Amino acid sequence: MLDGVNRQPVPYMERSRLYYEAQGFTRAYTWAQFDDAPFSPMPKPLAESKLVLITTAALYDREASDPRYVASAPLVPPPERLYANDLSWDKNATHMEDRGSYFPVAPLLAAREEGRIGDLAERFHCVPTDYSKRRTREVDAPEILRRCREDAADIALLVPV
Amino acid sequence: MCHQTVSLVARHLEANGIPTVVLGSALDIVEHCGVARFAFVDFPLGNPCGKPDDAAMQTSIVDSALELFEAAHAPRTTLALPWRWESDEWRERYMQVSPENLAELRRKGDERRAERQALRAAGRTRQE
Repeated sequence: MLDGVNRQPVPYMERSRLYYEAQGFTRAYTWAQFDDAPFSPMPKPLAESKLVLITTAALYDREASDPRYVASAPLVPPPERLYANDLSWDKNATHMEDRGSYFPVAPLLAAREEGRIGDLAERFHCVPTDYSKRRTREVDAPEILRRCREDAADIALLVPV
Repeated sequence: MCHQTVSLVARHLEANGIPTVVLGSALDIVEHCGVARFAFVDFPLGNPCGKPDDAAMQTSIVDSALELFEAAHAPRTTLALPWRWESDEWRERYMQVSPENLAELRRKGDERRAERQALRAAGRTRQE
């Protein structure tokens, strides 16, 4: 607490539990939790590594009821915009009209130009947000891995909405 | 939910030899799941790469995330970036439950349950 203002990180898991409880959902969501976390050391310097960008935004303006699937598109030229109206983000506090606020293609192109990263994968990937942890782990994550390997990507930057 | 999804994907990539950085704003969800490298931007959900129309901030944030690839030497490394949103009102307001909006939330919940049921009945859900 500074100046009487709460600047602690927002407790999203607790906040959403109370929110959906108030909506009448009786079973609280169980968030993914692991004791371990896998870690890969850098196989080569960043300046020689090919980076792939992964987002949870979508290529088209989905309805909230549309089933979501893994999708990919060319990074250059980047899409004029991506879509996230069907996702939960703070629609009162901010907006997502500026692509650079959630899809960092310009800084990545600059980093490649300046030699701070070796290269960029030709395409980026959209991973669908899913309540089903099983579907993310067993279907979508392996598909993203397959596509990253096709891209010959060495490292991945993941940016959730 | 987006933060959990990318955390699960990041874990899968790491387990298969691809180093990752997650650049996001929901600290508790990402750390609960556990990822290798996390660049934390304490902003309202939706702008993890920086404020809209502030290209200089966006470049600085992304550059910090890139540096984390080489700076982290162990899993669960979180780098908290120093940027502040201009006000803090959003912290309490997001997903707020109050006596004033309880009836509205209950109505939303009823709508959502009915919609889900209709989608399931119509087979318009993922089957994998």
